[in-house]
Amino acid sequence: MHHPPTAAPYDLPDRRGHFGPYGGVFVAETLIAALNALRIAYDALRSDAEFRAELEYELRHYVGRPSPIYHARRLTQHCGGAQIYLKREDLNHTGAHKINNCVGQALLARHMGKPRVIAETGAGQHGVATATVAARYGMKCVVYMGAEDVARQAANVYRMKLLGAEVIPVESGSRTLKDALNEAMRDWVTHVADTFYIIGTVAGPHPYPMLVRDFQKVIGLECQVQMQELVGRQPDAVIACVGGGSNAMGIFYPYIDEPGVRLIGVEAAGEGIATGRHAASLIAGHPGVLHGNRTYLLQDANGQIIDTHSISAGLDYPGVGPEHAWLKDSGRAEYVGVTDDEALAAFHAACRLEGIMPALESAHALAHALRIAPTLSADTVLLVNLSGRGDKDMHTVAARSGLDL
Amino acid sequence: MGRIGTRFSELAKLGRKALIPYITCGDPEPGMTVPLMHALVANGADLIELGVPFSDPMADGPTIQRASERALARGVSLRDVLDLVRQFRDRDEITPVVLMGYANPIEAMGVESFVQAAKASGVDGVLVVDYPPEECTDFVELSRKAGLDNIFLLAPTSTPERIDAVGRLGSGYLYYVSLRGVTGAGHIDLDEVSTRIPLIRARVQRPVGVGFGIRDASGAARVARVADAVVIGSRIIEEIERDPGAACDNVGRFVASVRAAMDAEGER
Repeated sequence: MHHPPTAAPYDLPDRRGHFGPYGGVFVAETLIAALNALRIAYDALRSDAEFRAELEYELRHYVGRPSPIYHARRLTQHCGGAQIYLKREDLNHTGAHKINNCVGQALLARHMGKPRVIAETGAGQHGVATATVAARYGMKCVVYMGAEDVARQAANVYRMKLLGAEVIPVESGSRTLKDALNEAMRDWVTHVADTFYIIGTVAGPHPYPMLVRDFQKVIGLECQVQMQELVGRQPDAVIACVGGGSNAMGIFYPYIDEPGVRLIGVEAAGEGIATGRHAASLIAGHPGVLHGNRTYLLQDANGQIIDTHSISAGLDYPGVGPEHAWLKDSGRAEYVGVTDDEALAAFHAACRLEGIMPALESAHALAHALRIAPTLSADTVLLVNLSGRGDKDMHTVAARSGLDL
Repeated sequence: MGRIGTRFSELAKLGRKALIPYITCGDPEPGMTVPLMHALVANGADLIELGVPFSDPMADGPTIQRASERALARGVSLRDVLDLVRQFRDRDEITPVVLMGYANPIEAMGVESFVQAAKASGVDGVLVVDYPPEECTDFVELSRKAGLDNIFLLAPTSTPERIDAVGRLGSGYLYYVSLRGVTGAGHIDLDEVSTRIPLIRARVQRPVGVGFGIRDASGAARVARVADAVVIGSRIIEEIERDPGAACDNVGRFVASVRAAMDAEGER
């Protein structure tokens, strides 16, 4: 919000992957060479016309881009204030924004001559997207998933297997997403010669936060064109949920240099920040080093990473992408929390009023829009990134309503 | 010269190679750590690497992660680790102790407080696994000022430029990771070690330790032919978890067998 209009164009990260004090390459020496090779390959390809044309073709014909922007008139009416628009990433192939990044990294893997891809996954969405592109490009695929999550997300595990991937349950630590990430990193160190690690979010060591953002920024770039066509101007605020933060960076990034557009990230407040059972790293965490980068972390006084909670598995992560840490400190973006109950209420509202079933992750972003819309004038425009569809969450929602499907 | 430098120059005079066992502090329980450290020394350890437990030990394999989890389940913090080193120093003022761990517990304590407290507790060196040279110039400066050695990892994939960077920043010894993987994984590739160590020695005048993938006495003896020090971790943790009650005896017996094999190799 305090981004000075005269500032030089935003150009982070720097050469070594730093966003102010955040980001960087905090990994053991055993991974340095692999990260350097990735950085060099990506530097060469990002401006390569042929690579960009190939990526654009895939995004259009395989993913189904551009995704539309939809004016949610009934939700708007329900709130009685600001106009609510939804960027429909839920309409992408595989049902979420995750595929944008997976297509990009799979093409990168192919150019680097790596026949095997690996990924970590929490709820399974990134795992499914990775298994999908691996099938599409004929690559061997191994997905690491916390044993807890394997048990909770049986349908996605089966989806990945149908797509030809091997799913390896991770029994160490808290047996969730962060442990799956640790295990994927270990696989990569061991098989670096033939393996490409497709990280699913804007976290990890440089260049991952940058390259995942670059592959997701298509969301915001499309919004800039579509909002002009649809409304004749850019939104007053862009709202997106933040776990690791890839859908939020994707929609925020092209707007960073437009000071008139508020950028609002929504973290999972779980059962409430005060209860300690949440996953709001930016709101309630402290800077530290995890998974190869410096960022805000949920940790105890001794620097141990603590267990997180959110009704939405995709937001259930104790860290956050380093660029969000920088956007928070610099004041360019603001970060708020939405509880499990608020997200559920927004989920039901979208189902009943718009015939759209959002992912529980995306329902967090929508919940904040529903919260502030009544306080704003009818000529205010809110753009919510509806990052994924909610079919995967039906069991969770049903269980909350006391039903067993 | 600190304890690490003194120890390596004594060994060099004797023509002996250093044996560096690793244990995770607080595993299987905090009361066992100091007795285990004395048992290591009594059975032939020249230097001890003491692991600082961390919730997300990304560069370690399952064995050392389990050790970390056991220690954390008993609430072992970085301050507890330093207290245990201080207790070890009550009876052993000579054997160098190197802390090995991850950046976050150190940063949570505060880098400046950590280096002061570590030095005061009798720690001699620090190896922060996820601090590559380019990310830790401040840490290195502060720890050097406090009188701690900075141990860095080198990998089979480290370029000459990186070997030089580690040469400039580090002190004490170099830790060459002998395989592409995590701790406890697979077996060492001795041919690769034999070709890489001379390349490292040509660029940095410092003892070279080799670790990751050394599973038994004969493997240690073969590494000792080409390196200045042999580091063994996961294999020792396996001895601890096999029978926690008899950990001191079992670990001591294993370390003694490695020592004997290394010394026999040295006399050949």
